[in-house]
Amino acid sequence: MLTQRLLTSDKGGMWVLGILALTCILVPILNLAVPENSPLHVSTFTVTLLGKFLCYALLALALDLIWGYAGILSLGHGAFFALGGYAMGMYLMRQIGDRGKYGDPLLPDFMVFLNWDSLPWYWLGFDMFWFAMLMVIMVPAILAWVFGWLAFRSRVTGVYFAIITQALTYALMLAFFRNEMGFGGNNGLTDFKDILGFSITADSTRIGLFLASGIMLIIAYLACRYIVTSRMGRVIVSIRDAETRTRFCGYQVESYKLWLFVFSAVLAGIAGALYVPQVGIINPGEFSPLNSIELVVWVATGGRGTLYGAIVGAFSVNYGKTIFTSFYPEAWLFPLGLLFVLVTLVLPKGLVGLFSRFKRHDKRSDDAKQEDAP
Amino acid sequence: MNPFKHARNWSTRALPVKDPNFGHAVDTSHGPILYIEDVNVSFDGFKALNNLNLFIDDGELRCIIGPNGAGKTTMMDVITGKTKPDSGSIFFGQQINLQHLSEHQISRGGIGRKFQKPTVFEALSVYENLELATADDKRVWHILSHQLTGAQRDKIDEVLYTIGLSTQVHNSAGNLSHGQKQWLEIGMLLMQSPRVLLVDEPVAGMTGEETERTAELLTSLAGKHSVIVVEHDMAFVRSIAKKVTVLHQGSVLAEGTMDQVQSNPKVIEVYLGE
Amino acid sequence: MIVTNAMFNLQNSVRGCLRITLLLAITLGSLTSHAQSASEEPATFNDLVDQLAEGSLSRRGKTVTTIAELNHERSIVVLNALQAGTLKVTRNDPKQVVIEQADDSLVNAQSGAVISDDLGRLKRIPIHNKLRSQLHTVLAQLNLASPDKTARLSAVNRLITDGGDANTATLLQALVADEAEADVRDAMQTAIAMYDIQSDDAEVRLAAVKALRGSLIPEVRGPLLSLADNDPNQNVKLEAQSALESIEGRLKVFRFTENVFFGLSLGSVFLLSAIGLAITFGVMGVINMAHGELMMIGAYTTWVIQQALPNHIGASLFIAIPTAFIVAGLVGIAIERGVIRFLYGRPLETLLATFGISLILQQAARSIFSPLNRAVSLPEWMSGSLEINPALSITFNRLYILIFGLMVFFALLLILKKTSLGLKVRAVSQNRPMARAVGVRASWVDALTFGLGSGIAGIAGVALSQLTNVGPNLGQAYIIDSFMVVVFGGVGNLWGTLVGAMGIGLLNKFMEPYAGAVLAKVLILVLLILFIQKKPKGLFPQKGRAAAD
Repeated sequence: MLTQRLLTSDKGGMWVLGILALTCILVPILNLAVPENSPLHVSTFTVTLLGKFLCYALLALALDLIWGYAGILSLGHGAFFALGGYAMGMYLMRQIGDRGKYGDPLLPDFMVFLNWDSLPWYWLGFDMFWFAMLMVIMVPAILAWVFGWLAFRSRVTGVYFAIITQALTYALMLAFFRNEMGFGGNNGLTDFKDILGFSITADSTRIGLFLASGIMLIIAYLACRYIVTSRMGRVIVSIRDAETRTRFCGYQVESYKLWLFVFSAVLAGIAGALYVPQVGIINPGEFSPLNSIELVVWVATGGRGTLYGAIVGAFSVNYGKTIFTSFYPEAWLFPLGLLFVLVTLVLPKGLVGLFSRFKRHDKRSDDAKQEDAP
Repeated sequence: MNPFKHARNWSTRALPVKDPNFGHAVDTSHGPILYIEDVNVSFDGFKALNNLNLFIDDGELRCIIGPNGAGKTTMMDVITGKTKPDSGSIFFGQQINLQHLSEHQISRGGIGRKFQKPTVFEALSVYENLELATADDKRVWHILSHQLTGAQRDKIDEVLYTIGLSTQVHNSAGNLSHGQKQWLEIGMLLMQSPRVLLVDEPVAGMTGEETERTAELLTSLAGKHSVIVVEHDMAFVRSIAKKVTVLHQGSVLAEGTMDQVQSNPKVIEVYLGE
Repeated sequence: MIVTNAMFNLQNSVRGCLRITLLLAITLGSLTSHAQSASEEPATFNDLVDQLAEGSLSRRGKTVTTIAELNHERSIVVLNALQAGTLKVTRNDPKQVVIEQADDSLVNAQSGAVISDDLGRLKRIPIHNKLRSQLHTVLAQLNLASPDKTARLSAVNRLITDGGDANTATLLQALVADEAEADVRDAMQTAIAMYDIQSDDAEVRLAAVKALRGSLIPEVRGPLLSLADNDPNQNVKLEAQSALESIEGRLKVFRFTENVFFGLSLGSVFLLSAIGLAITFGVMGVINMAHGELMMIGAYTTWVIQQALPNHIGASLFIAIPTAFIVAGLVGIAIERGVIRFLYGRPLETLLATFGISLILQQAARSIFSPLNRAVSLPEWMSGSLEINPALSITFNRLYILIFGLMVFFALLLILKKTSLGLKVRAVSQNRPMARAVGVRASWVDALTFGLGSGIAGIAGVALSQLTNVGPNLGQAYIIDSFMVVVFGGVGNLWGTLVGAMGIGLLNKFMEPYAGAVLAKVLILVLLILFIQKKPKGLFPQKGRAAAD
């Protein structure tokens, strides 16, 4: 009954989930089992690229949940992504052990370089995978909770909220750039060696990470579907459309927004944690406001308020970016900026909206033909 | 001037406001369900409410009239917690001080409000609108994990019948006519099982027939609920009101039956000018 | 008036004579060791300069003394050149003494006339350490007697920094009484005290410490510190400690003043960048994320105009202000007509679309002007600083931008309050349908308002170009702060923007010393979020029924 609730009337979602599942099965086979000289072989580079896109899609999903359904536009969601990434990065850093350039068994290279003599307290425990994973969830959650509580309580909404979230990620970026913060400053965390004992560069590890990202995306999608199809989903939509009215219906709007925001931040954090081992680096650039705003354009391009639209958007924009930057590496901002303008002006419902419009159009002309037929 | 002032007992015992529906605990043993005493509200020096004293009996249907800017909407804002008064007190029954509660708590406690502009959730269906308004534990976890109970669904059907929208259940609220939206909003009020209904201009923009049905609906609600109606349409007010309060410049100018009020020289002066 | 002036001049010239006589007397006295065999017959300045180039080093010492005694108008120049090693002599006959100037051109040492002929190879006139210290003293004394106030002051200041000997101290003692300029006199007293403070006599030291009390010159603190730590005389020690405290106290006051100035200066930058936003955001309800890029356009306009008029830097700035206003304003109107007008009432979409535009403009700047930063040079009157005392100086560019920011602010206030455009803007912002009903062309007003806001962003860009380099990211650096200012001050209220800008500027500068620039920014953000808790609608909220929804 639950599956029925989650998937009925979500045709687009079923398609997207189906393709995702298929990819998760095919790609590992084509990478590991098919010989390299075969035209069907999927290179490890492609696997990593797809894995990256899966993480982006998860992040986009997280944003669509709050923006598309609750109308909360966060221009700082990249911050939660980066925080999750840093938590994972700290675990990977501790896994290096004495294989670093300076060979210190405890301290990461950058700390040796800064002449630190002991591990800062907030690095303790990150040698344990479970603890690091707990932090991947808790750090974004706590930040989102505190920030959201403050913002929603004082009824900061709409563009105000968008701007202070942007300021949040900007401030975090500045803070993480500082060496004294103890997160590697400018260079961030990199030179990872292995994860859970597997070498991070091995093909099999890459496939494992790819699979983890894909499965996580599917789980997250279903979780989001569960929320939006529940009564809470309706409450959230009414908050988006008429916040005051919802309040007068007896709902404490703030706590709804807060829980949703925290959940979304956790998803973003998980996405970041899956992303870092695949790209092999996390640095303060991930906090840059531009990243968060790019994320918004993925969701807008895909079509917000549909969940699967976010996934479609994340894949199509990033695929476009990969193609475009291989030809004109410097000029990506032109199409990106143009995309913003076009999506808001011409395609408010995004690609999936366009698709369903075509479909409706087809259906209508089919109907018309049938009427003509007799 | 203020016959009930001495009657209310100022108990300060812990109030059951944590209870999601504390409306049943409202103590109306002295008659009134709402006590608005010496309430002042000002915006930038403009006195929207000026020592307003108003008492609404349990089960009463009260009409509030007054020229523009008399403070009618501000009064509703103050009761529902949207605006906090500068001074004065608003009690719900004898013990619940509404000033300490936020909008959602007041709503859960049993004071429902219909806005001047009909505000239904247009993206949702008629059914979903009523579902949203259903009296229930409205905290996040409960709403996320619970479906409606059978009794609650029956209640929705009942309300749908009352407001005459049974055939529109799955229609999106955005597609309703203006009058239907007004009714849907009243229906949403009913779903909250409120003790007090605040209804702001219910017949604005309605056809004659619709107005008539609304009048019927509101009069049938009185008795079970206390109903406060703010309206400009005098004919409508005359058709439903037993007791009318005239507001002027933020305080009560006159109170009584429609006939008493209409023959009051102060009221005539306010409405017709010198 | 004229009479007193004349009297004053007379007095001054009498003083001048007196000063020179004194100088000569003392110099003669102090330099007898060098002057004992001074030639009987009076040598001319020209001969003496020629003599510098020849003979032994000890003889050169004597010549230096004589040149100083002569007090010829070019004595200082020649001796300065000798000290700096730029006094040179030709290798070819007739030998000619020349001064090599900073730009490698040569002037005749005696006359100062520019030499354009090729003189062949030159030989530096050498000096040794003894001569160098002699020159140091002689030059100080010469300068001290100079009729030019700035020369005197800088000579005294140099003595304070480098320390002087007993002779200079005596000389200063003699000069100080007749010094007409208060600031020179103060400096002289400091210099004397700086000498006296090394005295063996405790009384003298005590008096010197007393004289140094409250002085803001950094060099004063070293000797005072050593006295305060280990002077054998208890009185002197205590006095030095209290003098240090008083210096610290004054320094604190001036550091505070300086911080206030820096804060206000930063605030004025915020103000310039935020008032344009306050109009588009506050008055029209439009979030313009491309505002920073409009500032960037203004800054590039300044740069382009300066490139076109390389010889009129000052004038180009004045041309840049209206041009930047127009260019940025036109771009703004184009943005409004092309994109924003389709999005009224959808603030989040407006935000995204304008963000897209900002990316395009940034990239355009990168493609047109290269991603490198361009430096805009300051006109002369903008560079340098106004030195109020040794602890407090105010840079001119910041001062002018502060004034400029306030001027723009009040001009805008006037436009909104007094002109018909202002009236229409306010009408449209308060009630769009009603304004349209009474015949205001809302779309036209929108375009003009947006143009006005954008134009002011352009002007802000001109101001910014005087503070930092011009680059494609110029706007990005300020946009978040500007939004913070608008949010802090309260939307729709220009006064709020003023207070917000100055407040955040001051807060920034006062937190920087404790937290560092980056952390200060982070803290301000946190404070702002906490502030919104107390006042969700900013410092100056719009009240009333209209503001409720």
